Amino acid sequence: MKVRLIDIAHARSGDKGDTANVGVIALRPEYYPILVRELTVERVSQHFHGMITGPVQRYELPNLNALNFLLHGALDGGGTLSLKTDAQGKVYSTALLRLVLDLPAAEVAAIHRDHTPGA
Amino acid sequence: MKDVVRVASGQGFWGDWLAAPRRQVEGGPVDYLMLDYLAEVTMSILQKQKERDPKAGYARDFIGAVDSVLDAVVSRGVRVIANAGGVNPHGCADALLALADQRGVRGKVVLGVVTGDDLLPRLDALIASGHPLANMDTGEPLSTVRDRVLSANAYLGSDPIVEALGKGANIVITGRSTDTALTMAPLRYEFGWGAEDWNRLAAGIIAGHIIECGAQCSGGNCLHDWQSIPDLWNVGYPIVEARADGTFEVTKHPGTGGRISVPSITEQLVYEMGDPHSYITPDVTADFTSIQLAASGENRVRVSGIVGRPATDKLKVSIAYRAGFKAVGTLVYAWPDAMAKARAADEVLRRRFEMLGMHFDAIVTEFVGATATHGPLAGDGHEANEVQLRIGVRSPDKAMVEKFTRELAPLVLNGPPTVTGFAGGRPKVEEIVAYWPALVDKSVVTPVVEIRS
Repeated sequence: MKVRLIDIAHARSGDKGDTANVGVIALRPEYYPILVRELTVERVSQHFHGMITGPVQRYELPNLNALNFLLHGALDGGGTLSLKTDAQGKVYSTALLRLVLDLPAAEVAAIHRDHTPGA
Repeated sequence: MKDVVRVASGQGFWGDWLAAPRRQVEGGPVDYLMLDYLAEVTMSILQKQKERDPKAGYARDFIGAVDSVLDAVVSRGVRVIANAGGVNPHGCADALLALADQRGVRGKVVLGVVTGDDLLPRLDALIASGHPLANMDTGEPLSTVRDRVLSANAYLGSDPIVEALGKGANIVITGRSTDTALTMAPLRYEFGWGAEDWNRLAAGIIAGHIIECGAQCSGGNCLHDWQSIPDLWNVGYPIVEARADGTFEVTKHPGTGGRISVPSITEQLVYEMGDPHSYITPDVTADFTSIQLAASGENRVRVSGIVGRPATDKLKVSIAYRAGFKAVGTLVYAWPDAMAKARAADEVLRRRFEMLGMHFDAIVTEFVGATATHGPLAGDGHEANEVQLRIGVRSPDKAMVEKFTRELAPLVLNGPPTVTGFAGGRPKVEEIVAYWPALVDKSVVTPVVEIRS
């Protein structure tokens, strides 16, 4: 079943030169294993296909229930060279959160319970 | 020794909220006010200003900031630490002493001025003696752009700031210090942490990382549940309350807006992160995978468990060089078919460039209101009510970029229909000052601390 990443995670992004970083943080600790399993380097590379020119790297921060992605070649040269509106990669965060996950029904049911008011 | 040392963040970059420093020293108890002014490209802007005026080259906002907190400094003992010195820390000090004179408190102001980061006068000697200053991203030696270099500054760590505090400075001005050292140094000074006390030094660095961007950890630019964050108009900037054991809490003054929570701190922790296992600074290598966060009260987060490892034997060097010219122009297209019109206009421009023999290193087209920030992930934009065509070019040839700036306005009469938003006139040609990150052996850089009063 389909679940939007934005419904189980939040994120912040920034830059280092021509590389954008996106830190993706699980909204609840129990969603972190879903991020680890679903947000593979392949899946994220595919998501940003056509938007970045270099590879994707992934780091795990289980202590923060977060993953950190480095998107190389994301900023048209970066900093002052870049001609992009988002020259500093500030909104790659929500670009990644557009991703839609296909999850087992039991996981989706648990997520929906979490989102039910008063649950 | 104090049980708790409070370091307040008052500026997250040059251009940040001018009211923040004063609000930090007046809203409640603080021991240190930390002001971060330098982004990667700031040094080159300051270098250009200094070329035009030898007295310039520092963050001038800082003089107003000190003016706004001077009472707290001279009467309550709040100490200020800032990397506002840019490429001219002594010019900044001159301006501060003039301010102290004018305010009649000259005898109560002791400046600690940190220099030694400026490698520009020594570049050729360094290259000749086997320091290639190769670009960390591309591996190219600096010699390929040597004749276009505008500024070169090593990132200094906490040592010289600790020294200045030890010598009694109540305002410490540095050039290119790491942002995080501005927060870690006063903790190291107050608690007497040793130069190899890796875990505590790392804790101080991470405290610095959390508050170096000002309100970005206290509710500003916070995506998590953003609509429920109260009173951003009155946002409270962050304060670190640190203890000698290296644990600390992040909080803000009572009665201010914004929010400090585990999610708001986590967002800031991952900001501009590389490899979280190795956050390399001149003082220590901090491990972000060791950080433990816990809510410890209203707008209060406790940070503990931090592990550090020895620093490397290198310093990062921030080099700025002239890298050609660019210009960006915009036109706005209205309903109906706004996106199709903007696309057609882009094609008209590109075919005219070709016809007129105009060549560029890069042409970037974006459709603001449709796909500018999220590209193809945002769909095709065909439903947008209005679209801003934003087109930019880059070239080593200034004349070519100038020619580009004259090609946009004609589309108002000779391109696709219902176009507006051109009242700002032709786009401006900007010289590109690009960033060249490099490493240099620590042994060739000697920080200098001078006390002025």
